[in-house]
Amino acid sequence: MPLSLGLRAGLLSVVLFIAFIALWHAAVSGTGKVADIDPEYAKLMGASAVTGASAMPGPGDIGVKLWEHLTNPFYDNGPNDKGIGIQLGYSILRVLLGFGLAVVTAIPLGFLIGMSPLFYKALDPYIQILKPISPLAWMPLALYTIKDSNASAIFVIYICSVWPMLLNTAFGVASVRKEWLNVARTLEVGQMRTALSVILPAAAPTIMTGVRISIGIAWLVIVAAEMLVGGTGIGYFVWNEWNNLSITNVIIAILSIGVIGMLLDQALGWLARIVAYQE
Amino acid sequence: MSTSHIRIEGLRKTFPAPRGGTAVTVFDQVWFGIEKGEFVCLIGHSGCGKTTVLNILAGLDESSGGGVIVNGKEITGPSLDRAVIFQHHALLPWLSVLGNIAFAVRSRHPGWDKAKVRAHCQKYIDLVHLSGAELKKPSQLSGGMKQRVGIARALAIEPDILLMDEPFSALDALTRGSLQDELVSICTATQQTSFMITHDIDEAILLADKIVLMSNGPEARVCEIVENTLPKGRTRKDMHRHPHYYPMRNHLLEFLVNRANSFKTELSDPGYDPMHPPVTRPGVGQPAARPVTTGEPLLDAMTAGR
Repeated sequence: MPLSLGLRAGLLSVVLFIAFIALWHAAVSGTGKVADIDPEYAKLMGASAVTGASAMPGPGDIGVKLWEHLTNPFYDNGPNDKGIGIQLGYSILRVLLGFGLAVVTAIPLGFLIGMSPLFYKALDPYIQILKPISPLAWMPLALYTIKDSNASAIFVIYICSVWPMLLNTAFGVASVRKEWLNVARTLEVGQMRTALSVILPAAAPTIMTGVRISIGIAWLVIVAAEMLVGGTGIGYFVWNEWNNLSITNVIIAILSIGVIGMLLDQALGWLARIVAYQE
Repeated sequence: MSTSHIRIEGLRKTFPAPRGGTAVTVFDQVWFGIEKGEFVCLIGHSGCGKTTVLNILAGLDESSGGGVIVNGKEITGPSLDRAVIFQHHALLPWLSVLGNIAFAVRSRHPGWDKAKVRAHCQKYIDLVHLSGAELKKPSQLSGGMKQRVGIARALAIEPDILLMDEPFSALDALTRGSLQDELVSICTATQQTSFMITHDIDEAILLADKIVLMSNGPEARVCEIVENTLPKGRTRKDMHRHPHYYPMRNHLLEFLVNRANSFKTELSDPGYDPMHPPVTRPGVGQPAARPVTTGEPLLDAMTAGR
């Protein structure tokens, strides 16, 4: 009996993972003694010069370090040595704050813009100009006006996540099928009830698409923003470990950024499936 | 005419000109009435503004002139007393069958509790034979079943008049037939005042007490009002055996094929008054067509009646 597609895909994933680890291991492991060098000089040159081993950590080093982080994610030994759990926590908190503020402003505002063709047209040029601005370009302005690095990071998250949600909400609301609105009109449904029980569910999938794009951007931006503002967060952690020349920790941070980003997206994907409907 | 339950009086619709061209008057001076308990069909080619007439009746569109009077009052917008069955069912896809009907029922009776709404919905779900599909979403239903939900939703608010815009045109012939039969039995049983737009002649003969014929646009008019001379209680199975069926059908067909277009010349006849379009009763006073006996080729019976 042929295996199911899911099982075969799973098997292939495992095979690819093993191949990747093996290749990685082969690429960074030493080739043995490359030359007869004076032991004192060899000490100065480091392992890469002497045995041909790469300075890049191998999968084993990462595994050991990862286990250390996972077993003790929340230690705090002062500003430069905090557990990766704490750093990720700071980043998630900032993203959720900025993103949450964006949700509560962009969705109602987008709703109003979508309901009014006048506002839709009048505000469109502003949104089109503001949308493509790199969030980090706002950083100096934020630091100057807000005068607080933490709040500035949150502001940057806010300003980058607001546009996709605003545009998608306005678009979703504006393009609700006319016949559904006509149903509400012939049933003499009030404006508020029409908005909540016809327009909102009709536009919800489009709104959710915007929300998912926004959280993706917010998570991308937080790393860069924290590299700039420093202090705490996974972005700061990456930069700090680069300064410490701990490539192992940098790789672990990269991995955890990917995992958290995936989880955030999947959580919203699950929400999107709840509000989705099939015509 | 002036005593009709619903009166369409001098209705006109002009669409503004696109970019400086001349404005287009789709129809003008449309007058006809709908009596209580009557089933009226409007027949005309596409482009004559049939749907616009219905939308104005529903309150979804505004007329450029004239008006619609219901119960002695001019209508100003949509109303729960005028339910619409849309051409493409217009069900809300995120709601179940029950949810769609309950949405209408709660609009009609905001004070009702859950159980009462549920019971009322169930009555209409049973009426259109959708029992068992209450919790299905529209996407899980066939085209015919979707339109049944549309019918149940419209009937559930117990409207004064039922407005239908070619409700069966998107369905296959078999489904259409069975839905027409059901609509006949429902409308006869409840004496539901109904107004339907169609371009299906047999549908009109089966359902309508009165058929309003509209000429082609622009400047379409009501050419004629045809009274259905077939007796009530006709069914799809036997109506073609009635001696008035072919005179009726031929009259309507003749209208759609030839007269709808050439009517402009009839309009200029000083005897034509748009306020009182001529009323005809095909088959009455003409040599009666011989009833068709089972098994006989239909064409013989048709030509025999001529």
